[in-house]
Amino acid sequence: MAQAQASKFKNPLVNWIDSRLPIFTMLDHEYNHYPMPRNVNYLWAFGAIAGIMLVIMIATGLFLAMQYSSHTSLAFDSVERIMRDVNYGWLLRYVHANGASMFFIAVYIHMFRGLYYGSYKAPREILWILGVIIFLVMMGTAFMGYVLPWGQMSFWGATVITNLFSAFPIVGDPIVTLLWGGFSVDNPTLNRFFALHFLLPFVLLGLVILHTAALHVCGSNNPLGIDAKGPQDTVPFNPYVTLKDGFAVVMFLIVFAFFVFFMPNYLGHPDNYIPANPLVTPAHIVPEWYFLPFYAILRAIPDKLGGVIAMFGSIALLMALPWLDTSKVRSCKFRPIYRQFFWILAIDGLVLGYAGAMPAEGAWLLIARVGTFYYFFHFLVLLPVLGKLERPLPLPNSISEAVLKGAHAKSMEKA
Amino acid sequence: MRALKTAILSAALALGLAGAAQASEAVHLPKQSWPHAGMFGTIDKAAAQRGFQIYKEVCSACHSMRLVPIRTLAGIGFKDDELKALAAGYEVQGGPNDAGEMFMRPAIPADRFPSPFANEQAARAANNGALPPDLSLIAKARVGGEDYLHAFLTGFEEAPAGVNLMPGMNYNKYFPGHQVGMPNILQPDGVTYADGTKATVEQQARDVSTFLTFVAEPHHDARKQMGVKVILFLLVLAGLMYASKRKLWSTLH
Repeated sequence: MAQAQASKFKNPLVNWIDSRLPIFTMLDHEYNHYPMPRNVNYLWAFGAIAGIMLVIMIATGLFLAMQYSSHTSLAFDSVERIMRDVNYGWLLRYVHANGASMFFIAVYIHMFRGLYYGSYKAPREILWILGVIIFLVMMGTAFMGYVLPWGQMSFWGATVITNLFSAFPIVGDPIVTLLWGGFSVDNPTLNRFFALHFLLPFVLLGLVILHTAALHVCGSNNPLGIDAKGPQDTVPFNPYVTLKDGFAVVMFLIVFAFFVFFMPNYLGHPDNYIPANPLVTPAHIVPEWYFLPFYAILRAIPDKLGGVIAMFGSIALLMALPWLDTSKVRSCKFRPIYRQFFWILAIDGLVLGYAGAMPAEGAWLLIARVGTFYYFFHFLVLLPVLGKLERPLPLPNSISEAVLKGAHAKSMEKA
Repeated sequence: MRALKTAILSAALALGLAGAAQASEAVHLPKQSWPHAGMFGTIDKAAAQRGFQIYKEVCSACHSMRLVPIRTLAGIGFKDDELKALAAGYEVQGGPNDAGEMFMRPAIPADRFPSPFANEQAARAANNGALPPDLSLIAKARVGGEDYLHAFLTGFEEAPAGVNLMPGMNYNKYFPGHQVGMPNILQPDGVTYADGTKATVEQQARDVSTFLTFVAEPHHDARKQMGVKVILFLLVLAGLMYASKRKLWSTLH
């Protein structure tokens, strides 16, 4: 005979539901008792921050979509109507537009944290790969969102980026025609981009749920990169990490609010307040800042197909990262040589970003080329070789030992 | 660590040098101090009203402001009856009437400012082939914003020796490429201000730049005022969160 599962909740209704559909047990397990390594630092809050940014983007985007018209003759004016006449429409739009940038800031910090502490290594390979897929879908969503206001940068950015696919032999041109829905960026392009821009955030949401599910199988990594061995090494997620992450979220929101209310157009481009005009090309077509390093890689290669392959390859490469890094030690804390190369990679990313914003000529082209070479060199040569050559520092026996020793040393200093 | 420091230094140096080279190519815009700048800045309504007078008497002969309803001016202190009277001074197309014909009617505050030309071709035909840009968003659509507008409006001068102006073009030291179809339109006392302010070119440029900043962003003041409240609230919340977190984590041994 079928039997309801035993549940332990005090509220009889919750108990009744839970014994038939144990979602409360699941939530209790995953978000109340989930053991977090007690030594995680504030860099671990950026996963939660990115998740909250996704929710903010979906919520503001929903209300913007109610007022927006995805027709080339109406799109620009409907956005201005939102800015001028819709109640708090200016707030919704500025939160959404700056929210995209903040989402990328959170995700970039989250990714570099993973790189520094080796969070991609076994057994977290699938967790990491899901993260790279989330990053890719995010880039697609952000790109299509930037097209919607139908300003000059929207139109010309869309033209440049969709044209990239034409570099591929044989399939290239049909793909571009399919993306455009015609023979140039036009009304069908805008319509399908709007539909996809509405759909993809929910795909992202599903991917984030998978990402979290994969995380909760093997547990969170921590600054020492060693596994938690028991309850003495962990704290329950609630209330310890909810409060800590909560504080980090509020601090992040302060920075976010500063952009929204006091410099809402700083991260955008003035040309996007000029309606799209297929007959006038802007002097410099630049993508949003979060694409600039990849844009620099694209332009660094003198061949169109080569550039496109290098650009997509620079992200696809990240999926192979768990196998490119041959070191068994996760955290950079115990890898004195790799730690220096990590920082060089971070600087390389910034330099590439700066070069991406500059005209691709003269010194900037050279800098972009050196930066591109170094990016691939880091992942394809340095990482595999370094893992074999480097002698890591001795690892502590357990998290609690390292934490308590640290605390002990501190109290000794005070005394 | 040495290798790291060298890398950081050389990267910073490379960026700094290249940045300086980049800056020297661009035209330097003189920075103005605006009452609406900063976290607590608000639009100077008197200046914006004078700026509107210039728009109405000078700019609007060639430039449209097609995204801006006349009622927007309530934001710089126009009263309801003033708006109605102002709107009635413009004619817009209405209809069709019962006979199926379009007709001209006086505007109401909900109408947008009528454009001086019917379409782009008409505007170009009347302006030596140049298209006077729409002014609804001009303060947000130019690098430098209101500083650029002010510099542009005061930046007309004789073309330096060796510069060959194309027929009908004018020299402006801040306009990209320097050759612009628009003539030096602001003249000393070119308008007579209703509030008695002396209408120097500098004053007019400031006033019209203030006005264009307002029409590009009619909710400018509300945005900044809300921002101050939001950030104050978040700071208090952050303090509470941090104190609770400290207290909770201190119970861990």
